[in-house]
Amino acid sequence: MSESKEVEMVLPISYPSPGAMGKTGIWRVFKPVIDLSKCIKCWQCWLYCPEDTVVMEGDHPKIDYEYCKGCGVCKEVCRAGAISMIREGG
Amino acid sequence: MGEWKLINANQAAAHAARLARAAVIPAYPITPQTTVVETIEEFIHEGIMDAEYIRVESEHSAMAAAIGASASGVRTFTATSSQGLLYMGEVVFWAAGSRLPIGMVIVDRAVGPPWNIHTDHQDAMSQRDSGWIQMFVSSAQEALDSVITMYKVAENPEVLLPFMVCIDAFILSHTYMPVNVPDQAEVDSFLPTYRPPHWMLDPDLPVDMGNLVMPMEDYMEMRWSIHTSMEKAKELLNQISREFAERFGRDHGGLVKAVDLEDADVAIVSLGTLSSEAEYALKRIDTAKTGLLKVRMFRPFPREEIIKLLKDKDVVVVLDRSISFGHSGPLAMEVRSALYGIDEAPKVVNFIVGLGGRDVTYKDIVSMVNFAIKVPEDEVFPCYWYGLKDRIRSLRLKGVI
Ligand code: SF4
Ligand code: SF4
Repeated sequence: MSESKEVEMVLPISYPSPGAMGKTGIWRVFKPVIDLSKCIKCWQCWLYCPEDTVVMEGDHPKIDYEYCKGCGVCKEVCRAGAISMIREGG
Repeated sequence: MGEWKLINANQAAAHAARLARAAVIPAYPITPQTTVVETIEEFIHEGIMDAEYIRVESEHSAMAAAIGASASGVRTFTATSSQGLLYMGEVVFWAAGSRLPIGMVIVDRAVGPPWNIHTDHQDAMSQRDSGWIQMFVSSAQEALDSVITMYKVAENPEVLLPFMVCIDAFILSHTYMPVNVPDQAEVDSFLPTYRPPHWMLDPDLPVDMGNLVMPMEDYMEMRWSIHTSMEKAKELLNQISREFAERFGRDHGGLVKAVDLEDADVAIVSLGTLSSEAEYALKRIDTAKTGLLKVRMFRPFPREEIIKLLKDKDVVVVLDRSISFGHSGPLAMEVRSALYGIDEAPKVVNFIVGLGGRDVTYKDIVSMVNFAIKVPEDEVFPCYWYGLKDRIRSLRLKGVI
């Protein structure tokens, strides 16, 4: 019931921060698991992960399961077939 | 000052984009808009315009690219029509919600099926609630001047909303008229460089645009903010149009333009080129003193002006080149709601005319006014289709006129 004519900009802008939407790892149904013995360190998974949850640990990729949503993009782009999607709680 | 050229409204709109120094032009063709973006491409090719021209794969992508460009802090322009605007629809809302002052020309064309490339306002009306400022014009000169004026309104730090300047297909888009094309220096001194006052895309300071919000977060406040900025745009358009008139010597009016309205008993209210035809009709109406209220801005809606200028009239004749199926013409709805509750409010008679480009001449307008005067006071919500073919029975006006 505000009849004020005053203009106040409320913008749909936010500044990104880790886990702004909470621990999105709980959304996961399938969990990507890297078989490091097959990994050729091409970093495609790191590049393509839409959630930035593949991190470089030393010389190999590692998935941060707190935030990985289980979309499977990393598995699709892994040419070495090093990533398998395993059902959670299975 | 300026240079007189014989051009159509599409070319006039392209000159406006050039003179406004729009820096990114995402372009996708659709009749009858195509010559707007084609002319801009020629300007760039000739080296008289410095802009990034992006050949996108659809209207949806055109608006998406415009959003990205505008968010990076540059003035952005595109154009579309009809089906193209509908296909663009989802991102049209995103542009307004993101508070990006993108400029777009809509060459108003009928929506299919059946295919029809001629003029009709239903395309623009379908985006009425998108948060875009909507302006209707009735000459090529007004198209050029309005694009430049509207950038100044839209980029105001208290507005920051995209705008569409609506041009009637063919009647304006392809009709050559003498147009004064201002000098670059004149426009530069009127329209400063766009500088986003709050944020812009910057790799050094990343932002999320349009992130998820929960009901208790700011969604409702953002809607309120758009609404209050729309109200602000009304005040600014009147003010900036006056400033434009003083500098350039051309006065197209502000939110509305009244012609011979002061001591008239009957008022015609219309959008776009119906207004110029109605202006011509005025001198030929001898049954009542008749004036014209040309509505230039449809969103935000000029309700204060409508009330002030129409409340004392006996009859208000609203011409709509569009139909909200199952109710009435969109302009008539707004005029009626603005006048509601006023003591001895005028009788509002609505005519649906000229859909799909069907011709509406000054003679038709004279007939409609003569008919409207005789509509009984107690007739509820008079809304007539004028100009239907005889085989559909149609013209209740027949016999009367
Ligand atoms: S499953 Fe998706 S979110 Fe998880 S690591 Fe792979 S690409 Fe990233
Ligand atoms: S894409 Fe596959 S091979 Fe490449 S780094 Fe990731 S897991 Fe290793």
